[in-house]
Amino acid sequence: MLETAFKGSRTYWAWILFLLTVIAIGLFFYLRQFTVGLGVTGMSRDVSWGFYISQFTFLVGIAASGVMVVLPYYLHNYKAFGKITILGEFLAIPAVIMCMLFIFVDLGQPLRVLNVILHPSINSVMFYDMIVLSGYLLLNILVGWTALSSERKGVAPPKWLKFFVILSIIWAPSIHTVTAFLYSGLPGKYFWMSALLAAQFLTSAFASGPALLILLALIVRKFTKFDPGKEAIQALSKIVTYFLLTSVFFLGLKLFTSFYSQIPSYAHSIVYLYAGLDGYNKLVPLMWISNILIVIALVLLVIPQLRKNEALLAIASVCVFIGLWIDKGFGLIVGGFVPNSFKQITEYWPTLPETSITLGVWAIGFLILTILYKVAVSVREEVGDIDFHH
Amino acid sequence: MYNGGKIIIGLIIFLGFSTLPFLFTMGKAVAKPELSLDTPEIQRMVEKKCVESKEYMKTEHMVMLNEWRDAVVRDGTKLYKAKDGKIYDMSLQNTCMKCHSSKKKFCDQCHNYTAVKPYCWDCHIAPQEGT
Amino acid sequence: MGINRRDFLKIAGISTLAGIGGAAGLTLAKSGLLEASQYIDDPKGLKGKRWAIAIDISKFKTPEDYKRVMDVCHSIHNVPEIGNTKEEIKWIWTESYESTFASQEYANPYIKDNLKKKPFIVMCNHCDNPPCVRVCPTQATYKRKSDGIVMMDMHRCIGCRFCMAGCPYGARSFNWRDPRPFIKKSNPEFPMRMKGVVEKCTLCYERLAIGLKPACVEASSGGMIFGDLNDPNSDVRRVLSSHYSIRRKPELGTSPCVFYILGGQ
Repeated sequence: MLETAFKGSRTYWAWILFLLTVIAIGLFFYLRQFTVGLGVTGMSRDVSWGFYISQFTFLVGIAASGVMVVLPYYLHNYKAFGKITILGEFLAIPAVIMCMLFIFVDLGQPLRVLNVILHPSINSVMFYDMIVLSGYLLLNILVGWTALSSERKGVAPPKWLKFFVILSIIWAPSIHTVTAFLYSGLPGKYFWMSALLAAQFLTSAFASGPALLILLALIVRKFTKFDPGKEAIQALSKIVTYFLLTSVFFLGLKLFTSFYSQIPSYAHSIVYLYAGLDGYNKLVPLMWISNILIVIALVLLVIPQLRKNEALLAIASVCVFIGLWIDKGFGLIVGGFVPNSFKQITEYWPTLPETSITLGVWAIGFLILTILYKVAVSVREEVGDIDFHH
Repeated sequence: MYNGGKIIIGLIIFLGFSTLPFLFTMGKAVAKPELSLDTPEIQRMVEKKCVESKEYMKTEHMVMLNEWRDAVVRDGTKLYKAKDGKIYDMSLQNTCMKCHSSKKKFCDQCHNYTAVKPYCWDCHIAPQEGT
Repeated sequence: MGINRRDFLKIAGISTLAGIGGAAGLTLAKSGLLEASQYIDDPKGLKGKRWAIAIDISKFKTPEDYKRVMDVCHSIHNVPEIGNTKEEIKWIWTESYESTFASQEYANPYIKDNLKKKPFIVMCNHCDNPPCVRVCPTQATYKRKSDGIVMMDMHRCIGCRFCMAGCPYGARSFNWRDPRPFIKKSNPEFPMRMKGVVEKCTLCYERLAIGLKPACVEASSGGMIFGDLNDPNSDVRRVLSSHYSIRRKPELGTSPCVFYILGGQ
């Protein structure tokens, strides 16, 4: 099936070429980082995780959100998702690969990465994260590819596939839960120290992931003959709406506990992010952009008439995606390190090499996504033709 | 053969590339490394003998160094009792390099020849090269 | 040809497995060569079950008293002077009372003025229940069973910095770049570090092994008291039983083994 990825329009190749250029720039800066060290980034002794780990966290959510189309289709036989399910599974694959790459580029000694397997530490959440992420990757490749191959041959998917589908449905929440445990079990990191963190992670993921899927479905429909279906897109928009609401609700819960208790350590990071602390406020504008985007998205999504208009839905999806990306793909990780263990403040901002490497990894993700979607769409177009001749 | 010409050209290019390292060094004799054991420190020794036998050290020094490393850093032991009963401080910097006091003439000779790049010297301090 | 693709793959698979198994067996057999020799403890080494340090802050009077302690550690351990706070590497340094005892500070802003203005020595607490060890994915940082020192194996560290996020005391530093150009005068007896690994105080394990107390303790002229918490007659237990002492962030359950004596005699 992969051969279909090598035939495409001018636009397709222009897009591929663009992605390859971004990857090349990222690679150039990564080689610099590899020789000089992580000093080329904006991270510091105090903010020791930055952009890379933030992207990792955000993308685990995107990967997990594939379950939002797989579950209704396979467990509830929701037919409208029949066409879009493969898009969900094929979104999870590049998302997990990007997660792994972001961990890799964040390592100080990347060549020793196998030490995680050679000298495993079963106390470390990182160990379990490695297991759930690679498992999820394999499951999605297996399920997505097998289902698509069967479709191409015009036969029903093999029976054993059902087992792996159900396994992947159970597996999906685990990847984001374990990722939340990376942070929520660290003594002294009060911003993350919350039983709600995993739940917050999942709800924001189930809003941002389907929002991205809506956008991808609209793009696929615009550029190809494959239509994921109006009903599917509308169903996704409801999923985004409810999970975005839950996400905002959970944020409210966290704000209440942190501020009503008036325990200073619980409030510091939040104050830093949204208002600035002791005169340090580098992230404040960004966090408020995020808030405004989420409010716009909520207005567009909660009112059914607006949500049903696909142009407005597209705008809402962009708002959800960017809004939650700022919140989770930036503020969440950096905020947890401010103030430091001594209640002092070091601010963080990504550098040019760091941003280029980040964009490079995203471009690798989009390249894989493009190829997988191209294959899926080509198979659909092909099968559509066969049906026509019958 | 379908598209035979292209395939054959492709194969030739592939063969060319994959044998490049051999083609480059063909006919050039690279001198066998000569280990210099002749440091002032070794000359002063009455019995010129390493921790273990020469043959063993030649083939197994890397294994031994790895085991020493784990013993010292991880298990907190410090001394090594050799087969002949002699006791040594397990330390690359403070034992090995005290006798083999020239990294260039000792370590690098073979490591360069075999293109092995151990990362010992990224952290450990090699003795000052004398002359 | 009497072999089809399926059979070929089977044979190839089995022989690969056999090859890996054989190689593993060979490696095991090889390591047996060292068996005749053995590792022994240095009889000179200090023996303790749970090392600890008590810092009597009243003994630190002049800036020189602090400097001596910090300088000796950083010079014998080849700690680089990077020269900017973002990439700074430190094993032992000073912080204000407020920063050192953040949680106590909320409780009591009216503490004696001379304490509030005094610098406090901070270092790795060698916790009895160290979170950094719990989170490390490769056991590169681990608690030594024999004496409770929280150690770093720089050979194994992959530089994920999980331990830095896990340490509630800010005791860990990361080598954001090659530290070697920043070491003015290196101690040839001790290794340096490479870029991309985390480092911190290792309670002078290399000195304990040959019977010496940690360098900071030795340089403190009585300001830092070292000993075994498991031994009721040790210096550290004696001083802790006769003076009021506090620890940093005890509410986190990490059980730090660095104690602060605030009152003096």
